[in-house]
Amino acid sequence: MKKRRMFIRMITASLMRRRSRMVVALLSIAIGATILSGLVSIYYDVPRQLGAEFRNYGANMILTGTDGRFTGADVEAGKGQIPASELVGAAPYRYENVRIRENPVVAAGTDPEGAKAASPYWLIDDGEWLKSSGELLLGAKVADSFRLKVGERIEVSFTPESEKLKAADNEAVNDNVKEFTVVGILKTGGTEEEYAYMTYGDLEELTGVKDVFDAAELSVSAASDKLKDYAARINASAPGVHASLVKRVTASETTVLSKLQALVLLVTIVVLALTMICVATTMTAVVAERRKEIGLRKAIGASDGSIIKEFMGESMLLGLLGGVIGSVLGYVFAQQVSVRVFSSSISFRPLLVPITIIVSIVVTGLSSLMPIKSATEVDPALVLKGE
Amino acid sequence: MSLLELKNVYKIYGELHALDDVSLKVEKGEWVSIMGPSGSGKSTMMNIIGCMDKPTKGEVLLDGVDISKESSKSLTTIRRDKIGLIFQQFHLVNYLTAVENVMLAQYYHSIPDEKEALEALERVGLAGRAKHLPSQLSGGEQQRVCVARALINYPEIILADEPTGNLDEANEEIVVDLFHKLHDDGTTLIVVTHDPEVAEVAQRRLVLRNGKIAKEVVNEHFTGKIRFND
Repeated sequence: MKKRRMFIRMITASLMRRRSRMVVALLSIAIGATILSGLVSIYYDVPRQLGAEFRNYGANMILTGTDGRFTGADVEAGKGQIPASELVGAAPYRYENVRIRENPVVAAGTDPEGAKAASPYWLIDDGEWLKSSGELLLGAKVADSFRLKVGERIEVSFTPESEKLKAADNEAVNDNVKEFTVVGILKTGGTEEEYAYMTYGDLEELTGVKDVFDAAELSVSAASDKLKDYAARINASAPGVHASLVKRVTASETTVLSKLQALVLLVTIVVLALTMICVATTMTAVVAERRKEIGLRKAIGASDGSIIKEFMGESMLLGLLGGVIGSVLGYVFAQQVSVRVFSSSISFRPLLVPITIIVSIVVTGLSSLMPIKSATEVDPALVLKGE
Repeated sequence: MSLLELKNVYKIYGELHALDDVSLKVEKGEWVSIMGPSGSGKSTMMNIIGCMDKPTKGEVLLDGVDISKESSKSLTTIRRDKIGLIFQQFHLVNYLTAVENVMLAQYYHSIPDEKEALEALERVGLAGRAKHLPSQLSGGEQQRVCVARALINYPEIILADEPTGNLDEANEEIVVDLFHKLHDDGTTLIVVTHDPEVAEVAQRRLVLRNGKIAKEVVNEHFTGKIRFND
């Protein structure tokens, strides 16, 4: 029989036939590995989870024209730089001064679905979201000032450039007029309440000018660094538009994220330290309990190196078992946390399995160093003293 | 040249002389028993002969090598290669089977060989109990496993510390009988015992008192094949 086979036979026998003793050590390692694997899963998944949460607070990137207004093709060129999976919503806007009951109002033409996705926090106070042509979504302030209610029909008029000169000369002006139905009242608490929203097609029809935009709001599910990277790519490849980040959103997202990740990291370190203390304590007890056995091994010829190798072998086998249990339970733990806190499932990271096992083996090995060193100090003569 | 020779050996702990100018020769193949009351220096002598302790003064020659000057690392090697130990409390590793306990001595000595370990167990009449754990064996059986472990590496000397101290009469007889067989095979035996019956079957009996050899008796009626006096 090879020495290695006998070595494996000894350390497995020690763990398997002394189960009640080793189960405490195995439990502490497995719990440590579970929390470690779970927290690391959460650590890496938090940006994705929180990113999705933050997208409820609106767009985090704005496209503006590099030279005044820009076209739909420019918007598409910009959007093309962001992976579809990360683009939560994109809403191009065109603003025009129109009149309702002869009073000036700013009309915003947009893609209703894009606006809804980019600004999920917009609250429809009354009525419903803008859907199709002929519908008007009024900001709460506009609705208040005109005492307009959902369901009312109103005319919106626009004076084209050619007619504005006539107005200056006090001549009769031919305004473009279109009739709309108020479908909803918008409340945001911000400047959005001062606009009248309509579909982009309706604003084109009203103004008679096609394919011009003033701004586009993009909601991208990505961390600050990635966002900066996308903005730089858009600025380099879409000459018609300039991308900038909404600092208010991205900065707070980065702050919250880094604080949360630091917290998770801190807890992970504390758990690792506690695991090490627990394993070291258990191994110290194991060594104390096995002093006679160590003395016997030394008496029949074991060198200090052999004793270290055997105890380290046992520790590492414990670390391996604890790591395997921990990586499975860690995934379950992270999944539970993710579902309960973020209401979404966590993705399985296969790489985390070998990492958890290796860390578990290393941590167990390190925590066993001192107790194992004390094992080599046992005097072999104690077995002759009839103790 | 004697296999073991102690020349004016002292072991002093503060004021206490655990061994006080002890000189002794043990020839190859000899069976010597050491008796003496508690505190007479038996354990100290066993530790020194068993390479687990060094004398304060004097020489201890084992196979011509002065072990009192060796490092603890080479003492481990000497102990592993030349000495087989038998203990009063057997000291079997409780989670290893009988055969694995025997193989443990092979593991530290050279290469474990299960067949050879089983043969050693057969020699002590335990072939059928090889796969049993110590907790499943009687005291006598455990001591026989201990004997098999001690002889597996063909040591120069077998050193037994109260080998029958925890055994009943029947098992004591079995173990003494095993000693006879080992002696007949040419193994050198040094047995520390309180039991006069066990001591008397040896070729030579030493009585220690206050760290000195107080009495030395040669067994004229020794029945073994090898007679030291022959």
